[in-house]
Amino acid sequence: MNFDSKITFWLNDEKIELDKLKSDQTLLDFLRLEKTLRGTKEGCAEGDCGACTVLVGRLKNGKFRYQGVNACISFVASLHGTHIVTIEHLKGDQGLHPIQQAMVDYHGSQCGFCTPGFVMSLYAMWMEKADPTTTEIEEALQGNLCRCTGYQPIVKAARNIAKFGSLEQDFLVKERQQNIDRLQALENVTPIAISQGDDQIFVPKTKAQLAEIYAAHPDATLVAGATDVGLWVTKFMRSITPSIYLTALNDFDAVEEKDGQLIIDGGVTYTNLLPLIDEKLPQLSTYWRRIGGAQVRNMGTIGGNIANGSPIGDTPPPLIALGATLTLQKGDETRQLPLETFFIDYGKQDRAPGEFVGQIEVPLPKPEAHFATYKISKRRDEDISSVAAAFYLEIDGDKIGALRIAYGGMAGVPKRATHVEAALKGQPLTRDTFENALNAFDQDFTPLTDMRARAAYRQQVAKNLLLRFFDEHFGEAESLDTLRQAALVEVN
Amino acid sequence: MSQKQSALGPKPHESAHKHVAGAADYLDDINEPAGTLHAYIGLSTVAAGTIESMDFTDVLTHPDVLGVLTTDDIPGENDVSPTALHDDPIFADKDVQFLGQPIVAVIATHRDAARRAAKKAKITYQEKPALIDIRAAEKAGGEFVTPSLTLKNGDVKAAMEKAPMRLKGEMEIGGQDHFYLEGQIAMAIPGEDDTVKVISSTQHPSEVQHMVAHALGTHQHAVNVEVRRMGGGFGGKETQGALFACVAAIAAKKYKRAVKIRPDRDDDMVMTGKRHDFLATYEVGFDESGKIHALDADFAARCGFSADLSGPVTDRALFHADNCYFFENVELRSRPLKTNTVSNTAFRGFGGPQGMIGGERVIEEIAYKLGKDPLEIRRANFYGPNTGNTTPYHQIVDDNIIAQVVDELEESADYQARRQKVLEFNKSHKNLKRGIALTPVKFGISFTATWYNQAGALVHIYKDGSILLNHGGTEMGQGLYSKVAQVLADELQVDPARVKVSATRTDKVPNTSATAASSGTDLNGMAAADAARQLKARLVRFAADKFQIEEADVKFGYEHLDCAGKQVPFEELIAAAYMERVHLSAAGFYKTPEIHWNRETGRGTPFYYYAYGAAVSEVVIDTLTGEYFVDRVDLLHDVGNSINEGIDLGQVEGGFIQGMGWLTTEELWFSDKGELKTHAPSTYKIPLASDRPRTFNTKLVTWSKNEKRTTKRSKAVGEPPFMLAISVLEALSMAVASVADYKICPRLDAPATPERILMAVERLKGQR
Repeated sequence: MNFDSKITFWLNDEKIELDKLKSDQTLLDFLRLEKTLRGTKEGCAEGDCGACTVLVGRLKNGKFRYQGVNACISFVASLHGTHIVTIEHLKGDQGLHPIQQAMVDYHGSQCGFCTPGFVMSLYAMWMEKADPTTTEIEEALQGNLCRCTGYQPIVKAARNIAKFGSLEQDFLVKERQQNIDRLQALENVTPIAISQGDDQIFVPKTKAQLAEIYAAHPDATLVAGATDVGLWVTKFMRSITPSIYLTALNDFDAVEEKDGQLIIDGGVTYTNLLPLIDEKLPQLSTYWRRIGGAQVRNMGTIGGNIANGSPIGDTPPPLIALGATLTLQKGDETRQLPLETFFIDYGKQDRAPGEFVGQIEVPLPKPEAHFATYKISKRRDEDISSVAAAFYLEIDGDKIGALRIAYGGMAGVPKRATHVEAALKGQPLTRDTFENALNAFDQDFTPLTDMRARAAYRQQVAKNLLLRFFDEHFGEAESLDTLRQAALVEVN
Repeated sequence: MSQKQSALGPKPHESAHKHVAGAADYLDDINEPAGTLHAYIGLSTVAAGTIESMDFTDVLTHPDVLGVLTTDDIPGENDVSPTALHDDPIFADKDVQFLGQPIVAVIATHRDAARRAAKKAKITYQEKPALIDIRAAEKAGGEFVTPSLTLKNGDVKAAMEKAPMRLKGEMEIGGQDHFYLEGQIAMAIPGEDDTVKVISSTQHPSEVQHMVAHALGTHQHAVNVEVRRMGGGFGGKETQGALFACVAAIAAKKYKRAVKIRPDRDDDMVMTGKRHDFLATYEVGFDESGKIHALDADFAARCGFSADLSGPVTDRALFHADNCYFFENVELRSRPLKTNTVSNTAFRGFGGPQGMIGGERVIEEIAYKLGKDPLEIRRANFYGPNTGNTTPYHQIVDDNIIAQVVDELEESADYQARRQKVLEFNKSHKNLKRGIALTPVKFGISFTATWYNQAGALVHIYKDGSILLNHGGTEMGQGLYSKVAQVLADELQVDPARVKVSATRTDKVPNTSATAASSGTDLNGMAAADAARQLKARLVRFAADKFQIEEADVKFGYEHLDCAGKQVPFEELIAAAYMERVHLSAAGFYKTPEIHWNRETGRGTPFYYYAYGAAVSEVVIDTLTGEYFVDRVDLLHDVGNSINEGIDLGQVEGGFIQGMGWLTTEELWFSDKGELKTHAPSTYKIPLASDRPRTFNTKLVTWSKNEKRTTKRSKAVGEPPFMLAISVLEALSMAVASVADYKICPRLDAPATPERILMAVERLKGQR
């Protein structure tokens, strides 16, 4: 295999070419320490506060799109072929960009430290939706913390951007073709390798190259969205070299619907799967929007969430409940297994060295089936689940037919509630049946106490979610979320 | 001028245009002097014990490390205690008193190296049993870090015995991390002799100056501390910045190079103090009307290993336990407990919120006992206008407007009709339940340390008519620089654009107080106004001389001086005054009048005035999971005559949401070993935009003026609105109470996480 020896990307209006680079070089440190672009702030260095939000423009399959990411946990090695836009680059006809001016006029900043990140998140939103609703603004700001304002003036500013300028007149919109041309000029399928001392970086451009490089370096750290690997570096100061970055792959982020199944490449991000979820799996729409914040959803991948093996990962419970199948690949060889069997024990997955999550096949619910997903956390958005649950149930006459119930946060792995399923299967579809099945939870789960929730709460809420599933699907109960959505009054 | 223009009003924050452009420099954005070194602190890994050995071999072999600092390297005193109790070491000497206590600082050529190397220190301990929470500390005998306070009025024992009804209860009130977006940071630049310049993210530059001088063993005149702005403070940078500043200064003097120190977020959260957790226990005697006859309560606080500000914090808890209510017979006691946890500190409200929520819990208890709307109980106990207006600390509440504020809000928020609807909703819904609550706030304004109520300002007018303002207050986002500049411009009757506010520096205005206790504008605005009046007097005298007219015929107009009919533009006036050798610089000063406080007797007038407010919150809970959302909130808050409505509204809304976070999702969770497990935003959850009430109405009281002669008759606004969030907890409580037909007070502890809600629901279902 031939390799190029440098990472190339655009930073605002500057072409950056790096032939010396360390695996763990974060974008935030690169901006602040190397480029003295200090408008981008470090608030937490773990991708939770959004003060470091910058835009990453990517050209994928001919489509060019900017998305907000957390620079603190983005690695420079993952930026090849992108256009990075920082707060310093923003401009408007009269100096400030319309979003900036709206924030000034509506008192959207107090201490101002989080403000550049808010501006960038709103900018990413605005480019997709020039006239956002309050709900859309809240969704765009799930990954941005402000401790001063209480958010109200920021939401007001975001609702009133149009008073300060139009998207058509936006500088990045005007410069769009130029930026596409710049990135197109960087496109090729030659993989990149950079070595510096003991440190080794690989940036494959195709899945086949990834398979070959990983098979040759099975000890390497695979870095996709870096929403977890980033913290290995910024919090645990772990070495991640040799490292293989998946973000420049041109054939690893496809999704399609085929024969009643969603076929999802391992490199698909949460954000990129969202349109298909809204269309084909609306029962998962709210749940999906509560995973991380916008930046994390823009970065994190389904394959990464699964391969990571965390007992509190948010994708496994719904995917297991839907009966997903995983395709693992090593070199040229692939094998398939039911997703639920991938998780063996805490910290242990059925993945051989050099093997990576290639694809996930997710059967769509049968038309008459009931599917529901619930996420329990201290804070509604951008919080790690204390308990996640997914229910899939088919009705067989007046009885309960095939069903799968999966929980996260209840054991060392995402896990099916097999005893509960057994207690329900073939029984009459009544609340009594569901109530009687509650006892089976104690056979399925012995949850832990930690800072997210105590064991007793986890067990209780796990049981009650089963009842909620019944009440909402077969009873008359209104859901908290429906009421919440209906209650929102547009901010003006 | 055809129209009077005003410097006051809702102008944007003075730095807003820089905030939004990433052009506002925080400390970490300032260009470092060449050769700047970086310090990183190594922390203890046990909560209590004695250091047996320290081995820094692996630290020092790191190629970029220059050395380490321990207690041996401190030229002066190893202490940053703000109350001169000498109980707050910079580095643990021998005894380790909490998990995460600083022991060593590693000095390296760059931060990453210092941080990595700091992890390689090998420190062994002789571990001791650790007291982590309030109950454990009480069980072990209840050692105090600072003397307790008792407030007393009437005869609580006799009144309790005679009261028709009595009840006892307790409430756990959680602490809170400040979560300022900009973490702690300091940079020290060594100068000649013993001098050092320290740039610090601090609310209290004078104290940092004082601490650094102590640590270096030198005088305060050798230390110059500067802060242009902080990325949030909230009390977390009142005393907590001093340690970082001291480490940077000690290292800077030792290595004769600039030294910067900035802990990672997780380390910052582990090693700096927070809002105190409290356990309030109470007995109340009352009658069928809900009138309180007697109240006896203890407020036990987790203070951590040292006093820090726990004395005044726990005092203020007692000062606010009455909130708006007259307790004829009362005894309140504070219990500032020593624990093996980080030393807790100032946080917006300064103990007041914890005291107030304890008092409000008592109201709630009575309401559920009597089967009444808590609002009725509140009204039955409001301080009277003429009688029944003595506080437990014997100050007379003489500016009471709470009844009017509550009446106005009750109507504008449609409270009564909505309460009926809530009750109906709860009858017809099985899993979802609503709750609604109207709670009032009265908050005392002034430092209870009376000598703190002073401020200075320095105003220069330059030859071109531009004005430079400097004062002792610090800017942490609250808009202090904006407001004081507006006050100054208004006094001088000039365009606020003439005024530039320069970074707060201890060599410009000395002996300043912390920017805290909501006092910033009250104190510094008055000091700036004093300077302005001095300058105006000189300019008037000069103009009278120049035009040979009486001083009485010289009048200040907007951007000009009216000299017996002749208008002299401000710039012209200044240029002429300079040529005539008029002194165009003035130092202003202010001290708050009338206040006094005797802690020994528990009597005095510690507060110059009170700020008032009220809130209605409505929530919906899911009784299956404990999840909830805040449906609607209406706030009505008193800021007197507002100097800047935009900034004041921001304080009210922001304070409310921060208070809501404290009472809902923000949970400090320590392991049995004393390790804080919620030490980052991944585990410590402050509110997000989507946690805002689904309807959020905020209004300022339009008719209120401060009775006292404050800056433009405005009122302090930083802390009081924080406590409006108590309405959220009480609304959640009502929703929980619905599962037992409102017959049992749910005794919901704070923070009311979904877990606490569900557990309370289950508990009440079991009791009904």
